[in-house]
Amino acid sequence: MSEDLAKPGWKQIPIAGVPFKKATEYHTGDWRTFKPVIDQSKCTKCLTCWIFCPDDSIVWDGNTVQVDYRYCKGCGICAEMCPVKAITMVKEE
Amino acid sequence: MLALNGDEAVAYAVKQSNVDVIAAFPITPQTIIVEKLSEYVANGELKAYYACAESEHSAISMIVGASAAGARTFTATSANGLALMHEILYIVSSLRLPVVMAIVNRALSGPINIHTDHGDSMAERDACWIQIYCEDAQEAYDTVIQAFRIGENHKVLLPVMVMLDGFLISHTTQNVDVLEDEKVSNFVKHRIPAEIEVFGKKVPLTLNPENEVPLTFGPLDLWDYYFEHKRQQEDAMEKSREVIRKVHDEYAKISGRSYGNGFIETYNMDSAEYAFICLSSTAGTVKSLIDKLISKGDDKLGLVRIRTFRPFPYEELPKALEGVKGVAVLDRSGAFGAMGGPVYNEVRSALYDSDVHPFINGYIYGLGGRDMTMEMLKSIYDDLVETVKSGKPKRKIEFVGVRE
Amino acid sequence: MSWINLRELAKKRSLFTSGHRLCAGCAAGIIGRLVMHSVPDPKHVVVVHATGCWEVAGTIFPYTAWAVPWIHNAFENAAATASGVELAFKALKDKGVVKKVPDIIVFGGDGGTVDIGLQSLSGAIERGHNFLYVLYDNNAYMNTGIQRSGATPRYAWTTTSQVGKVIPGKLEARKPIANIIAAHGNAYVATASPAYWRDLMEKARKGIEYKGPAFIHAISPCCRGWRFPPNMTIRVAKLAVETCAFPLWEYDPETREYKLSPPSLAIAKNPKLKKPIEEYLKLQGRFAHLFKPEKREDLIARIQEDVDKEWNQLLELCGIT
Repeated sequence: MSEDLAKPGWKQIPIAGVPFKKATEYHTGDWRTFKPVIDQSKCTKCLTCWIFCPDDSIVWDGNTVQVDYRYCKGCGICAEMCPVKAITMVKEE
Repeated sequence: MLALNGDEAVAYAVKQSNVDVIAAFPITPQTIIVEKLSEYVANGELKAYYACAESEHSAISMIVGASAAGARTFTATSANGLALMHEILYIVSSLRLPVVMAIVNRALSGPINIHTDHGDSMAERDACWIQIYCEDAQEAYDTVIQAFRIGENHKVLLPVMVMLDGFLISHTTQNVDVLEDEKVSNFVKHRIPAEIEVFGKKVPLTLNPENEVPLTFGPLDLWDYYFEHKRQQEDAMEKSREVIRKVHDEYAKISGRSYGNGFIETYNMDSAEYAFICLSSTAGTVKSLIDKLISKGDDKLGLVRIRTFRPFPYEELPKALEGVKGVAVLDRSGAFGAMGGPVYNEVRSALYDSDVHPFINGYIYGLGGRDMTMEMLKSIYDDLVETVKSGKPKRKIEFVGVRE
Repeated sequence: MSWINLRELAKKRSLFTSGHRLCAGCAAGIIGRLVMHSVPDPKHVVVVHATGCWEVAGTIFPYTAWAVPWIHNAFENAAATASGVELAFKALKDKGVVKKVPDIIVFGGDGGTVDIGLQSLSGAIERGHNFLYVLYDNNAYMNTGIQRSGATPRYAWTTTSQVGKVIPGKLEARKPIANIIAAHGNAYVATASPAYWRDLMEKARKGIEYKGPAFIHAISPCCRGWRFPPNMTIRVAKLAVETCAFPLWEYDPETREYKLSPPSLAIAKNPKLKKPIEEYLKLQGRFAHLFKPEKREDLIARIQEDVDKEWNQLLELCGIT
C-alpha cells in the first residue's frame, strides 16, 4: 500500500512498540450516520447523557451540556436515556 | 570458595544481584534454584519480592508486569515449563524487557523425561532472547551476574537466558569461587530503565505513573508497523554483541575469570587440524579427551565451545576454525526432518560464505540424558578423521549413543 | 457516597479517552469511563488489560486512548501480569523510586477471564495481590467474531453455538464466575450493571480501596453480538437486573457475607417487581429463535427455570427467605 510507504521507519518510531499518537487525534465522528442534537431549552442538565456516553462525547463545561461531534459515533444512547427527551437523533447530510 | 551445585550457584548469584522481583514455578531440575531463593528471602538475605506462580505461563507473565513497571526481575525453568512460557517469551522481547531467566536444560516431553538435553532452549532460539550456554556451575554463577548488565544495557534492552545442563551441572557439586557481595553489587548496581521520547517528553520506559507522560505497553500492530518493530529488535540483537563482549571483559577484570571472548571458548585450537564444536557440559568431557590424546602424542584435536548462541557468533567461528580440516558439530537436540541439529545448521551457515571450508560432520547425541562418554567422543573423532582422509563429505548425520 | 458529584466529575474528560474504536453503543466504553472516574487518585493508577475488544480498540498502533500507564500482555494472563506489576511497585517504593504503590485496575472480557484466563485470575487471588479486576462480560468471544464462551447464557446464538434445525444455540448454562471468585474467600466481589451507574461506581471505588484482591463482574451488553440497536445498550443492561438474569450483589471477604444491592434487594422484598425473563430475551436477536418462526415456550421456560434457581440460591446466600 503506497500510504504505508510514507509512514515513519524503524529508526524513527519509539522502541518497545510504545504508541506515539493520542487517540484523540482520531476523529471517530466520521463514523456517524445520525447525530444527537440537544434542545437546550428542554435540557435539565441532569448529565444522564454524560454518564452513558461510551465515547466521552458529551461535554459539561459547568454551564451547558454539549456534544463533542469530533468523536460522537451516533449510537443514540443519550437520546434514548434522556429523561426529558431533550435529545433527537438527526440524520447526517 | 563454596561447594555449590549448578542450581545453588545460580541462586547465589541472584541473591547478590539486587533483584527486585522473582516469580517462578518449580520443575525438575530447576527446583533447587527456587527453593534456595525462598530460603534466602525467608532469612532476609535477599530483599526481593518472591512469588510462587501457579504455572510457568503465569510466572513469566508476572515477570513481564514487574519488569515493565521498572523492577529487576529473575525467573527460572526447564523443558515443558519453558515450552509453556513460549507465547510470552516473544512478548517479553518485543516489550524490550531485560529479564534474566536461568534455563536448567531438560528434555521436552514426550515421553516425559527429566534429564538433560538442549531441546527446550533450542526451541526458543527465535524468540529474540540472548542465549548463553554455561559449561559448569562456576560459569553459571558468573554468567547470571553478567546477564543483568547485558540485558539492561540501554543499547540492548533484551531478555537473557542462561543455560546449564540439568542434573549434570544443576545437581553436581563443584567448587565455585563466589565474589564478595559488595563486588557483585557494584558490578550490577540497580536497574536504571532506559529513556524513551514520546509526546514531546523523555520518560523512563516504564509503567510508572509518576512519569511525565503515561506510557502504553503492548498495542495492536497492523501490517503497517509490525515489521518495523521486529526490525528494531533485530537491531538490538546486533548491538548486543559488543555489549556481551564488554561485560564479559569487565567481569573478567573483577573476577579473574574469562570464557574465551565471551562468545566462543577455544581449547587447543592453535595446532588443531580437527575441531569439535559443542555447547555446555559436554565441552568438559571433550577437553578431557583432548588432554588424553595429547598425553598420547596426538594434539591435532581442538574444541570450540559456543558459549553465546544468540546472537550467533557467525564472525568469530570462521576465524577460530582457520586451518582446520574437519569439524564435528555435536548437537544435544534433534531437529526432526532437518539436515542435522540446530548448532550444525548454524555453523555451516556461518562458514558457507567465509573462506574457511573444512568438512563439517553432524552428530546428534545425549537426548533425554543419554550419557556422552569419552569412548563415544573418541569414536566421533575417529569418524571425523576418516571423513577428512576420504576427501569426501560424509553427508550423513550420526546419532551417537542410540541403540539400533 | 458523597464522592460521586456528577457536576464535578463531568468536568473531567475520561482517562480512557475519546477516539477509541469500540463499536458505537458499546457497553465496555461506558463501564470503562465509569470505572476510571471512580479512581480516587488518577495520578497513581496503572491499568492492565487482557486481549479482547476493548483492549484492541483503545490501542491500535500508533494511537493510544489511555491517559494512564497501561499494559497489555496476552489473552489469559492479565491477572498474573497485574500481580507482577504490584510486586514491582512495592519493591520500587521500598527503594524510593516511586512515592506510592499505584492502584492497579485489570480489565478483561469473559473470554480472558472466565475461560482462558481463569487459572491466572484464581492464582492471583489466592496469592492475595492488591488489585481491582473488572470483568466486562459481553457473553461471548466478541473480538474474534461472536464465538461462544463459558459465560454465554443458555440457548443464546453465537457463531460457534449456532441455531439450526437440530440445536437451538448454546445448550449449557453459563459459568457462575462471580460465585467462583467469591468462593476463594479472600476477595471483595460484586456484580454490576452499567444501567445502575452509581452502584457500579461505588463498587469500583470500594474494590480499588479494598486492600486485597477485588473482582467486579459487570454485564456488558453488546449490540453487535446480542443483536439489538446500539441505542438500547442501557435498556438491555437494566432489564438484565430487573428480570434477575443478572442480579446485583456483593460479597464481603471480611464478614464472609453476601449482600444484595439495592436494585435487586428491592425485587427480593417485593417479588412482584421481578419481570419475566421473556422481556429481556425478546429485545435481543441472539434469542430471536425462541420467538420465531414459532414461540418456543419450552426453551423460554427452561431459561426462566435457570434464572429462578440462581436467584433463589442467591437469596439463600444473602440470608433472605
